[in-house]
Amino acid sequence: MSARQQPQPRGRMLLTALVGLILTVLPLPEWLAIARPVFLVLTVLYWSIAAPRAGGLALGFVAGLALDVFRGAVLGQHALALTTITYVAVREHQKIRSKPAFQQSLILFGALAVYEFIVFAIDGWSGHPVTTPLRWIHPLTGALVWPLVAAVLERSHGAALRAPAD
Amino acid sequence: MAVFGAGTSRPLPGRGPSPGFRFTLYAILSIVLMFLDQRRGYLEHMRYYLAAAAYPLQLAVNSPTAAWRWLEASLATREALRAENEHLREQQRTLELRALRFDALARENAELRGLRTALPPLIDHWLPAEVVNVDLNSLGQQRLLINRGARNGVFKGQAVMDAEGLLGQTLHVGPWSAEIILVTDPEHAVPVQITRTGLRTIAVGGGDAESLALPYLPANADVKPGDVLVSSGLGGVFPQGYPVARVTEVRRDAVQPLAHIRATPLAHVDRAREVMLVWFRDDHPAAPASASTGTQSKDLKSGNAALLPQRVPPRAAPSAAPVAPGTAALSAPHPTSAVARAAGGQAASPPSADAVPALSPGAQEPPQ
Repeated sequence: MSARQQPQPRGRMLLTALVGLILTVLPLPEWLAIARPVFLVLTVLYWSIAAPRAGGLALGFVAGLALDVFRGAVLGQHALALTTITYVAVREHQKIRSKPAFQQSLILFGALAVYEFIVFAIDGWSGHPVTTPLRWIHPLTGALVWPLVAAVLERSHGAALRAPAD
Repeated sequence: MAVFGAGTSRPLPGRGPSPGFRFTLYAILSIVLMFLDQRRGYLEHMRYYLAAAAYPLQLAVNSPTAAWRWLEASLATREALRAENEHLREQQRTLELRALRFDALARENAELRGLRTALPPLIDHWLPAEVVNVDLNSLGQQRLLINRGARNGVFKGQAVMDAEGLLGQTLHVGPWSAEIILVTDPEHAVPVQITRTGLRTIAVGGGDAESLALPYLPANADVKPGDVLVSSGLGGVFPQGYPVARVTEVRRDAVQPLAHIRATPLAHVDRAREVMLVWFRDDHPAAPASASTGTQSKDLKSGNAALLPQRVPPRAAPSAAPVAPGTAALSAPHPTSAVARAAGGQAASPPSADAVPALSPGAQEPPQ
């Protein structure tokens, strides 16, 4: 995740976000779908840390809205949660970027837990309480998958202008 | 947590207002959106267009499955096709035989009710729709996406069935697609009736493809495993008498006032590839209750059928006289008094929960 001087990778960012969204809604067998991290959120966090000026909060908001539409949730629910952790990631991107992979995963776990908590709170407030403890798996799997996602995205990002993203 | 160490990082140079300001802006925007969306109706239009925007991507996600199905279908061998054909023909014969019996029963039923002719079929028309294979569910939700929408006349709160029973109802409708909330979704409830006893209650989704719960029955209620639940026609979405589920488990706990009852949906909730969108005749006595009071789909506040206003059934009148305001809206093909009497059959039975269903043929049991 080096901060080279290069044009903002907008197109690449949107493309990977799209892939993230597709991975998020791809039909999977149930046991796998439960454990599936929200790839779109991971992608947005990656870009907030690696290229905070390329997408930043706008990307977080739009991606969150897309999640709302695809999940049939209250409009604005995921948007608020994702904007919040995107903000934190953009703000602290230099600190996070300089950490080794393991610590990054830990930080990501925290961020994803905050995300999940906001979604959980809004679920309860809007009268669709989902109380199963299974939802707290997502931060865990997200943090576990993070090094892989980051490596893949880094590749697409580092090998700029040549290899097709992902 | 390290991430929240405040204030030390400098704002990003260039590019407009600070992230903090923009964050506040987006957060306020999200919260306003949530408020507007929560008070239904304000954002229905926006949802309609968002659904349209999302549909191409959903189709793209679906395309591998669709391609696989197409390939499977086009590579089917002659023998397999012939076998399937044979099977379908046999099935058709069975159904035709059953339909013959059904006609006789309908005529007999009409005679018993003193109607001059048998009622027209309850289902006005239907539209098959294919399931778009996209994962819409966050945890515990049971939703489906289908490839028919407002352009095909689909409306919000429409009943969706398959050949075996009720599947659910439409929740969000886009121009070319619609989201279905299944009967097994924990936020969905169907007013049901047990065919064996006529007991009315509400079946709430259990959150997985195989279960519904009947949470509101007292521990001494007459329910047995194997009992079939049909829709009771209250609630305004589903008509009376369509199969919903079969009771699989009844547990009575001595210290609990309510019984613990679970049921399995009869429709193939998890395997459905094709579903039926159904339009019912409003003037049929077994039609969903609110349809006959003239309530249109936009008045359905949410998909939760149990929370919808319910029609007061009209009193059975000895002569053709007083008609409850609800039935006054009923119009033409039958004389009003006949309809009132037919609908009154539902109300004439005692108001307690164990009313005998007047309209479902399955309930006609031989006298003990």
